[in-house]
Amino acid sequence: MTAASLEPWEVFRQEKEGAPMQHGGSVMAPDAELATHYARELFGRRQESVRLWVVRRADIVDLADPDLLQPPLDRSFKKPGGYVMRDKLAAAREASGQAKPRARSR
Amino acid sequence: MTDPLALEPILGPHERGRTAFNDDLPHDERFALFEAHVTAGGKVEATDWMPDEYRTAVLRFVEMHANSELMGVLPEREWLMRAPTLRRKLALTAKVQDEVGHAQLLYRVAEDLGKPREAMFDDLLAGRTKFHNVFHYPTVGWADVGMIAWLVDAAAIVAQQALRDSSYAPYARTMRKICWEESVHIMHGRDVVVTMATGSSAQRAAIQDALERWWGPLMQMHGPRSPREKDRDLYWRIKAKTSEELRQEFLTIYVPRIRELGLVIPDPDLALDDATREWRYAEPDWDELRRVVTNHGPMSEARLAFRRHARDETSWVRDTILASPRAA
Repeated sequence: MTAASLEPWEVFRQEKEGAPMQHGGSVMAPDAELATHYARELFGRRQESVRLWVVRRADIVDLADPDLLQPPLDRSFKKPGGYVMRDKLAAAREASGQAKPRARSR
Repeated sequence: MTDPLALEPILGPHERGRTAFNDDLPHDERFALFEAHVTAGGKVEATDWMPDEYRTAVLRFVEMHANSELMGVLPEREWLMRAPTLRRKLALTAKVQDEVGHAQLLYRVAEDLGKPREAMFDDLLAGRTKFHNVFHYPTVGWADVGMIAWLVDAAAIVAQQALRDSSYAPYARTMRKICWEESVHIMHGRDVVVTMATGSSAQRAAIQDALERWWGPLMQMHGPRSPREKDRDLYWRIKAKTSEELRQEFLTIYVPRIRELGLVIPDPDLALDDATREWRYAEPDWDELRRVVTNHGPMSEARLAFRRHARDETSWVRDTILASPRAA
């Protein structure tokens, strides 16, 4: 008898309704039924989860290629921080006569 | 006016995912990239490439930890049927269940590094791998249960909290879950100790006696001082603190909490040095530590024999699981 038929199952847990499913860890089991028993025991024993997802590791598609996920081009135009308009706004306010009064220096 | 951010369209390497060592490169180049990544605080996942030295070091560390969780329930298990009240019995049962659960989680982390669980049990039971010194000692009374759950777990959690930042990410994540559960054990243990310390004179004597027996092993638990620069586990950021840093941290938190109960720590040299802000203490018995962790402790053989017996008794469960036709 070998352990060849055991395989890893990844367990995701939800802490409360509406919360995201988060990776909890993994268990070794020969099938989904036993994997679920182990998952409940290890990740739900203390009522710390309201839902578990038990997924065969081999069924997960893993993508971590930085060329695809972190391409070396500036993507700042996709982020709020990519728009710096402090100086332009100040100029516009100045031009429209609505510049905020500056704190007078003593 | 040109947007200043538009002037630098190519991001620096620090802003990209650092998995370059996963590329198919000559070994030395790959090793250098991995080393730079880890020593700069980067994390490693189970599916990442890693050099053998790193894999072996993480495996050895996690396996020893898993062994300790598994063997660590045996001293407490002896008191499940003798707990003084139903509530204490429930709490102790839950703790034993938690610790076995921790062993399961940690053996999973170790398995992913390439060593089958059965091989880890074989090595543990044959004495080829170790478990923590504190689990080689007898529990002579209920006071020991409180002492283990409070101070042994406290000394362990000081080390485990530092492991939540381990460079090996699956271990770090597991430690976060384990620390959360351990914090309950410490409260349970402290409650037992405080109850006895405020109880009858026999109870106070029992808890003082337990402290005197456990103090030596507790001071040895984190291991002898070793130079930071020689420690490969620190270099690879598998752990974050030296044994002496952990011991100092333990003393800083727990000496006042022990003394406020009127308990006397059996070390006349123990004092906080005002100048260095470091604890001075009598040199722990390192010979005893070496003897005990090589399975020559007072209960080493009995505990291993019990584990062998349990493994034999439950082998039919594993055989049944592996023999059952695989569900689609």
